[in-house]
Amino acid sequence: MKSFTYERAQSPADAAAAAARTEGAKFIAGGTNLLDLMKLEIETPTHLIDVNALALDKIEATPDGGLRIGALVRNTDLAADARVRRDYAVLSRALLAGASGQLRNKATTAGNLLQRTRCPYFYDTNQPCNKRLPGSGCAAIGGFSRQHAIVGTSKACIATHPSDMAVAMRVLDATVDTVQPDGKTRSIALDDFYRLPGETPHIETTLTKGELITAVTLPKPVGGTQIYRKVRDRASYAFALVSVAAIVQRDGSGRVAMGGVAHRPWHVAAADSEIPRGARAVTARLLADAATTHENAFKVKLAERTLAAVLAKAKG
Amino acid sequence: MQSSKDFDLSRRTVLVGATASAAIAAAPAGAHAKQAGEPALSKFSLKVNGTAHQLELDLRTSLLDALREHLHLTGTKKGCDHGQCGACTVLVNGRRINSCLTLAVMHDGDEIKTIEGLGTPDRLHPMQAAFVKHDGYQCGYCTPGQICSAVAVLDEIKAGIPSHVTADLNAQPQLNATELRERMSGNICRCGAYSNIVDAITDVAGSQA
Amino acid sequence: MKFDTPATTNPIDQLKVIGKPTDRIDGPLKTTGTAPYAYERHDVVANQAYGYVVGAAIAKGKVNAIHVLDAKAAPGVIAVITHENAGKITKGNFNTAKLLGGPEIQHYHQAIALVVADSFEQARAAAQLIRVDYERSDGKYDLAAAKDGAEKPKAGGFGGDPDTSVGDFATAFAAAPVQLDATYTTPDQTHAMMEPHATIAAWDGDKLTVWTSNQMIAWGKGDLARTLGIPKENVRLISPYIGGGFGGKLFLRADVLLAALGARVAKRPVKVALQRPLIINNTTHRPATIQRIRIGTDKDGKITAIGHESWSGDLPDGGPETAVNQTRLLYAGANRMTATRLAVLDLPEGNAMRAPGEAPGLMALEIAIDEAAEKAGIDPIEFRIRNDTQVDPEKPSRPFSQRQLNECLRLGAEKFGWSKRSATPGKVRDGDWLIGIGVAAGLRNNLVTKSAARVRLDQRGIVTVETDMTDIGTGTYTIIAQTAAEMMGVGLDKVVVTLGDSSFPVSAGSGGQWGANNSTAGVYAACVKLREAVAQKLGFNSADATFADGQVQAGNRSAALADAAREKELVGEDGIEYGDLDKKYQQSTFAGHFVEVGVDAATAEIRVRRMLAVCAAGRILNPKSARSQVIGAMTMGVGAALMEELAIDKRLGFFVNHDLAGYEVPVHADIPHQEVIFLDETDPVSSPMKAKGVGELGICGVGAAVANAIYNATGVRVRDYPITLDKLLAKMPV
Ligand SMILES: Cc1cc2nc3c(=O)[nH]c(=O)nc-3n(C[C@H](O)[C@H](O)[C@H](O)COP(=O)(O)OP(=O)(O)OC[C@H]3O[C@@H](n4cnc5c(N)ncnc54)[C@H](O)[C@@H]3O)c2cc1C
Ligand code: SF4
Repeated sequence: MKSFTYERAQSPADAAAAAARTEGAKFIAGGTNLLDLMKLEIETPTHLIDVNALALDKIEATPDGGLRIGALVRNTDLAADARVRRDYAVLSRALLAGASGQLRNKATTAGNLLQRTRCPYFYDTNQPCNKRLPGSGCAAIGGFSRQHAIVGTSKACIATHPSDMAVAMRVLDATVDTVQPDGKTRSIALDDFYRLPGETPHIETTLTKGELITAVTLPKPVGGTQIYRKVRDRASYAFALVSVAAIVQRDGSGRVAMGGVAHRPWHVAAADSEIPRGARAVTARLLADAATTHENAFKVKLAERTLAAVLAKAKG
Repeated sequence: MQSSKDFDLSRRTVLVGATASAAIAAAPAGAHAKQAGEPALSKFSLKVNGTAHQLELDLRTSLLDALREHLHLTGTKKGCDHGQCGACTVLVNGRRINSCLTLAVMHDGDEIKTIEGLGTPDRLHPMQAAFVKHDGYQCGYCTPGQICSAVAVLDEIKAGIPSHVTADLNAQPQLNATELRERMSGNICRCGAYSNIVDAITDVAGSQA
Repeated sequence: MKFDTPATTNPIDQLKVIGKPTDRIDGPLKTTGTAPYAYERHDVVANQAYGYVVGAAIAKGKVNAIHVLDAKAAPGVIAVITHENAGKITKGNFNTAKLLGGPEIQHYHQAIALVVADSFEQARAAAQLIRVDYERSDGKYDLAAAKDGAEKPKAGGFGGDPDTSVGDFATAFAAAPVQLDATYTTPDQTHAMMEPHATIAAWDGDKLTVWTSNQMIAWGKGDLARTLGIPKENVRLISPYIGGGFGGKLFLRADVLLAALGARVAKRPVKVALQRPLIINNTTHRPATIQRIRIGTDKDGKITAIGHESWSGDLPDGGPETAVNQTRLLYAGANRMTATRLAVLDLPEGNAMRAPGEAPGLMALEIAIDEAAEKAGIDPIEFRIRNDTQVDPEKPSRPFSQRQLNECLRLGAEKFGWSKRSATPGKVRDGDWLIGIGVAAGLRNNLVTKSAARVRLDQRGIVTVETDMTDIGTGTYTIIAQTAAEMMGVGLDKVVVTLGDSSFPVSAGSGGQWGANNSTAGVYAACVKLREAVAQKLGFNSADATFADGQVQAGNRSAALADAAREKELVGEDGIEYGDLDKKYQQSTFAGHFVEVGVDAATAEIRVRRMLAVCAAGRILNPKSARSQVIGAMTMGVGAALMEELAIDKRLGFFVNHDLAGYEVPVHADIPHQEVIFLDETDPVSSPMKAKGVGELGICGVGAAVANAIYNATGVRVRDYPITLDKLLAKMPV
């Protein structure tokens, strides 16, 4: 871990301004991803802006009936919130399927969104990795790629985004609220928030330099049966091979997003309209351009079967 | 199948070193760290097991290393240092966390409880006694983390915090083996004492109820 | 004490302390975090500096240049050790690859440098400043590709003969009405013990002391001296608490050597723990195997031919995974063969992991038996019982000292509800789950090896045991205390056990499940000596004296035990040494493993629902800690069956998933309640304790029982471990 300087931010706008001002600055929230990566010098901030003292730890109702989740709300608290459990069960379920009790007690809403891939080559600084060291190559392609993405990949990177929470937020059509260094705020639809790897897998979101996440806003509850199904080898404390977040309405319509298959939570609007026709039709749309490796080809079938089970369960 | 054109495995001479490979990461462009400057020190205080400690440490010191290397509270274990095993579990302001993935300086003023604060060999905490009775350990290295976690898990269930296996999200979670196993899954025991650990926790939970 | 005739009645048979499910005497220390592990010894020596290890970034080749100036100039750095300044280093007898690499690199993450600094944070940061110019050379990393070039390994060691043959296997197999010929694979696995390899090293002149985490004190001491080129007498190794080993800490590893070298250069004590992401490629692992098994039976399911061939790989001069060994003993059959072949691979060093040989061997063999039984149309338990043998099938004049495998299987079947199993697979469903149950036999040999101890009696009547034996979680402290208490006729509160110090008499150490029986037998021998000394001191005839309740009694005379030491402490020191009883008798332990799994009908996720092991393993010295050994091994067996695999990058030559997030071992949620039953057994041929080991028996066969249960649930037979959902998906019933 490289040495760094440290400050405790006093307000969101100050935090953003400080981050823009200081070369190599990074925010630290729960620290469960950033410190992991700093120990390995995959992340090498020269200055840490501790945002934990900011009053961003509330979950509040929005005027239009939704929920505004502060960036610092811990995963445990978000999952346990009575409104979330009742109206956004898919989010509770996704959070509870992630990491461990200890990690969820620390992990924050913003930090979870911005956690980086678990690609093992990304984690090994001896290996080429375009995400870690642009231009160095991608060791996962042609290497051990069982966990890797099957859609939206590029020649530069086939990593997945590991968050469970983000998949649920995607299916819930959440927006990310931010403040920029000049004090301006904006809302970014989750769909516009994450980027595909393309030629620049090291750039993962559309956040600009110094931009601080202040909250995630959920639109007003859409009801329906909400299911998050995470498939993994180990029964707990493991990342998803494939996960499905689904909201299915009584009339058979619904929305579906998937995790473990792409560089971002995976949602295709056209696939949602196939839900009444069943899992095969949905998956055909959702994973239309799947490009698999020998090791992760099974994910296509797994995604379809998992979705089928989810839809069957939703029907009751 | 895709192939990597940039990555030339036939290249025989490779220069490898973390300075070369780690400088970019995802930091904003140009965020190269200064060549390891003098460590920045910082003063802060921790209240550990009821005792306040004033510390002045390298900013990079994890809470785990502050406890083990500076306060010599070595009951909290370092198994992986990356949040992957749970041996470093401690209670901070009553909540269990992995002390390896947090900086000590970020806990200025916090109340920390470690295994040493739960009980001593002569006066075991009920959870410690139950682990002995049910042989809920073997090599003993994950044990303090398991016990800290177990104590917190019972509180979490009482507080109504749901888990992955809670059938009804809107009901009070049950106290049963399935719940305990899921909630304890962030604490790996390679010796495989799981079955006994769950018996130990169930025993304590039963006598608390 | 020489043990060359079967034991007769002795003080252990009183079973006042031995055989009781006593809580561990080290329990209060372990549960309060006050048991000191190696890296934590702030108390033993002042001024400790921190070392951080740098591992090689390539799998094979050489270091052209290693640039350490930046690291040396970094804040707090005291020294940087590389092959250039380490002095002469000789490879240890138990190591295959060098513990400090360079210029030649033999495997990925082979240690190439240690940075020593005032603080851990400084050492870690400076280690990243070391730049290395490598020259990569081509290596072999793929066992399947190297298999055809594999050669016959040297005979000896634990491996036995690379080729065995009895009768005429080929003819008998060809003639058999029922034939099975199948190939199985097991992957590379890592020990993943919770405590990283760790050492504090301190020099006092030319004397070196290391506080470390090691299963085999005498091996470690010898190899440390050899590696450094110093006399053995100058080395002291102390390892009272070990946070798990499973074979990974049998040998001297890089932490010890580098701490010692670092302390020499830094001129102050140095502590080193291998960083978790380094451990998997830096240390040893259980090698992958390819196993071909052929079984021929007659129409009644009696085995007429059984053949087992195994291929594994290792670095040059390494050894094979001896996966065929159990097949030489487990079932009858007149015509038999085994063959072991070893390929050269440039992956990290392969070596022992819990039940080396038998663990992967039984993973294959016990699926094969399930398959053969099915082909013969016979229930798999009945099939095993029909093929039982009470003698060494290769040498019928040599009986098993005890063999209750059939009893294990029968009792297990009854307790587990085997009769409710559907013989046709894929028939039982519980909601989303396809349910199956499976069985496997387990066999692990009882290895006898000499072991010594010293026992002291002081004027307070306290009995102190000293032996370099280790407790790696096995319960050694407790069973040794029980042994001494039984022998000296005192309560456990009067016994102190001190372990893991090379200044104590040399014991068997912890490995190969030989620890419990041999080390307690060594303590028994030392106690016999002490009893003689006590009797003599008290003027009793030692042959008649009985020791009970802190009193010594002979005829109608009685005296307090403590009286014997009133003037001067009494000491008994001796060891157990074995004659040829293990040649005359085959000594083995047996288990019947029963597993019920559920396989998710949609996703093919596999979850274990019930487990039972019935074990016949001689006298059980402490049923509580022995049971723990077995459930722990069963848990590791579940890992082996369902998730554990070191993924190899066959281009770059390393284990890619080299941390505890990437290499998954079972967590709480993977393990149901586990049942263990020990059959009542004593084995007088094994030692005066009449005990055998259990710590490895518990894993032997479990993986196959899981695999057979999965087959029973789904009808999909997977022969490549681990059995993950992707291997089932394509063939799952819809
Ligand atoms: C062993 C292990 C297993 C795990 N398993 C899972 C799993 O199964 N599923 C899952 O979803 N996750 C899993 N996680 C990941 C975990 O959820 C994340 O580490 C956590 O959510 C990150 O949150 P944090 O607050 O600790 O982030 P930090 O580490 O503090 O920050 C992460 C990133 O976010 C940035 N950041 C933080 N706050 C802000 C802000 N307000 N504005 C802008 N940027 C910000 C930081 O600069 C940093 O780059 C696992 C982690 C570990 C270690
Ligand atoms: S998949 Fe992406 S993260 Fe992984 S090695 Fe390739 S570029 Fe790096």
